[in-house]
Amino acid sequence: MSTEARKPPPQIALKIRRALGGKSGWNGIVVQFAFAAILGWIGYEIVSNTRANLENQHIAAGFGFLRNNAGFDVNQTLISYTGSDTFLRVFVVGLLNTLVVSVVGIFFATVIGFIVALCRLSPNWLLSRVGEIYVEIIRNLPLLFQILFWYLAVLAALPNPRQSISLLGIAFISNRGLVIPRPIGESGFEPFLAMLVLGIVVSLGLRFYARRALFERGQVIRIWPSVLALLFGLPLATMLVFGLPFTFELPQLKGFNFAGGSRIIPEFVALTVALSTYTAAFIAEIVRAGILSVHKGQMEAGSSLGLSRGATLRLIVVPQAMRVIVPPLTNQYLNLTKNSSLAVAIGYPDLVSVFAGTSLSQTGQAIEIIAMTMGIYLLISLVTSAVMSVYGWRVSRSLGA
Amino acid sequence: MTDLASSSFVRHDLVNERPAPVKTTGFIGWARTRLFNSPTNILLTILGALLLWFTIVPSVKFLMVDAVWSGNDRTACLAENAGFAVGACWPYIQAKLPQLIYGFYPEAERWRVNLTFVLAAVLLVPMLMPRLPAKGLNAGLFFFALPVVAFFLLRGGGISGFGLSWTAGLLELFDDSIIGAGNVLLNLSKTSAIAPLLWVIGNLILLVGTAIHWLVFPLIWLRDQIQGSGQSVWADFAITTAVVSLIAFVLGGGLRTGWRALAASIATFVAIAIVIKLMGLDHGGLPIVLTNLWGGLLVTLVVSVTGIVTSLPIGIALALGRRSTIPLIRIFSIAFIEFWRGVPLITVLFFATYMLPLFLPGNFTVDGLVRALIGIALFTGAYQAENVRGGLAAIPRGQGEAAAALGLSWWKTTSLIVLPQALRHVIPNLVNSFISLFKDTSLVSIVALFDLLGSLRASFSDPKWSTPSTAFTGFAFAGIIYFIFCFGMSRYSLFVEHRLNAHRRN
Repeated sequence: MSTEARKPPPQIALKIRRALGGKSGWNGIVVQFAFAAILGWIGYEIVSNTRANLENQHIAAGFGFLRNNAGFDVNQTLISYTGSDTFLRVFVVGLLNTLVVSVVGIFFATVIGFIVALCRLSPNWLLSRVGEIYVEIIRNLPLLFQILFWYLAVLAALPNPRQSISLLGIAFISNRGLVIPRPIGESGFEPFLAMLVLGIVVSLGLRFYARRALFERGQVIRIWPSVLALLFGLPLATMLVFGLPFTFELPQLKGFNFAGGSRIIPEFVALTVALSTYTAAFIAEIVRAGILSVHKGQMEAGSSLGLSRGATLRLIVVPQAMRVIVPPLTNQYLNLTKNSSLAVAIGYPDLVSVFAGTSLSQTGQAIEIIAMTMGIYLLISLVTSAVMSVYGWRVSRSLGA
Repeated sequence: MTDLASSSFVRHDLVNERPAPVKTTGFIGWARTRLFNSPTNILLTILGALLLWFTIVPSVKFLMVDAVWSGNDRTACLAENAGFAVGACWPYIQAKLPQLIYGFYPEAERWRVNLTFVLAAVLLVPMLMPRLPAKGLNAGLFFFALPVVAFFLLRGGGISGFGLSWTAGLLELFDDSIIGAGNVLLNLSKTSAIAPLLWVIGNLILLVGTAIHWLVFPLIWLRDQIQGSGQSVWADFAITTAVVSLIAFVLGGGLRTGWRALAASIATFVAIAIVIKLMGLDHGGLPIVLTNLWGGLLVTLVVSVTGIVTSLPIGIALALGRRSTIPLIRIFSIAFIEFWRGVPLITVLFFATYMLPLFLPGNFTVDGLVRALIGIALFTGAYQAENVRGGLAAIPRGQGEAAAALGLSWWKTTSLIVLPQALRHVIPNLVNSFISLFKDTSLVSIVALFDLLGSLRASFSDPKWSTPSTAFTGFAFAGIIYFIFCFGMSRYSLFVEHRLNAHRRN
């Protein structure tokens, strides 16, 4: 006589409780309802107050203003822009300016940060002290202070264009900014670019093939001569065939200012210098902590296997340190991007300055403009943190966790 | 045997001494091992020395050697008058010092600012010394009493009521808003497609509103009676004292164990009464100084201390919310934290300056400084929440489970067992957040508040002191102030960390 397995009781109440209240049961449901009611009440208050206030100030809500003419000029634009363009165009111009100062800042911050970290880790006492002084001074002064210092004190103290400081006669620094030669594309430009790209792609493929050969068959293939030929020989050869890819237009002093060349505005210079030196101090600490986090035994094990010091660092220490370094490093990159909004203090036309600043004061559409600005920054940081969690997942998987 | 003996060798004279090994101690040894042990290192040492030479020597020369120390206006700091290449122009700082510290705070009232600084220092210094006792009382005074006292000292003005009037006023506002919302829904239900639903919800809300109205009616009546009498503040104060003390007595355990709570409550109210009497709050208080006159270091310190005091409770609440088992609260906390951490502070300040006034009722104006403070508190609160969460995660589960086994409720487990340990763990992180908050206060100068940096920038435009070295002098002075505060805090954080990890050292 076999007995049928009894069905478990349905326990509907339990399931509802679980779905609505999570682990804390009926208490949780009550708290949630109360909380939702409070949130709803606050939301209602905000909406009704805002509506009344906007009516009093005669401001029409909505994003229609984006199609209106902006009517003001921006002194650095990456895409063509005139005063008769729309506010939407202003938004794009500002966003591009934010991105360009962030990318340039990130590049220099990484370079300076790694150099300072190497100084601090150096066995040389004096050099490590120099690195420490740099980090302590930079970290303990506000970023806005440093931006204003570079802009109002250092750059303003530079001579005017007529007495500008010449760098080898091709670039000039003055209080009107930095003037550098401008490349002008010639007929040979397109084949040159195509060959350059081809060279890079083929070199990457070669490297991939060489690594496969090393890992699977233990075969060492020397690829650097062919990579060198691909990266430099190929473009040079195209240059001989098709002529020069581009020529440089040198800046020349005409009257009171420079003509020709491209001018980098002083606001950009001040902002980049301040952002990259400031973030570099934090990056230096991160890199130093990352390298110190690798156990001393790893270095010793590497050298006992007969690897040279450089090879031990490159193959054993740095890959392990990178796992510790990369997440906070990305955080610093994100901080730099967010900090670039301080541009508004010196008038560099970034997103906050031209959109949340000038456009806001012209249109009065505070809610829409600030929401768009915050939304963009939020988007950037959410995307970055999503990428970082994928990275973290891959690292933990490769560690066999 | 003989063979061996004949080949044996006995030395008759001493071997020459070998030269001593290279010295590795003392200054010379140290210099040899740490600075000059290889050609590359020698090169690096020279490089480092050159770097220091080209930064420290010009700085010292600018700040001390070439500086001008006295004068009445810019002419003293010009190279053609001084006769040498002029460095720092210190008389400019001397002339602008009041502006850099107090802003436009009226000269006759500046003792109030000084008194506030002294009070804050007197409360802060013992709190930072781990050896001194009575940390709870000290923290309570610093975090609760000082902000209130400082508000009335710095801003001035008095009070016209006390706890009872405020409670009644708040409840009245709340009730009005609820009844208003109900009426809006009822109006909507006349035109909407889901009319019956809206009608039901609207009537429900109206019912709740009316119920609250009848509940708070006695309170409002009492308030009106008190306001009608001559001594409104003191009558209100007496009633509030009685009510709060009674509640403390009952909650503390009634006749058996409630006496301690009763005594503490009465002592607190006596202290409050003394403060009210001393500052004359019941009849107008000190003359009002509007916040648009505040400036300089005063604003920097007010913003950072308020940020520190308000961000910590927000952070703790959000961190607990993020670990809560109740889904809605957890989701809300996560969204709130990630939102504020994802946007730059300057957009938060823009939000607080331009959007916040729109959110509030039209007759309700918020001071510019308070708006910035709200923005900073929310922003820093989100960062503190992540710090506190780190501390909460570091507490082993067993602590909470042991407390639950002893029969403690969730609130008691959290406030008596988990939070104290968690907060102690994260003191260094909290201090680091305070450092960045202190640095970030400089951003309020962008939304038209004159903090130290804003005042400095404003002082540059004074033609009376415009010389080539004015900007450098001003930045040197402000930089030294910022550096002292931030460096001091970071050293303190290191000291606490060292103390906390004392058991791990060997």
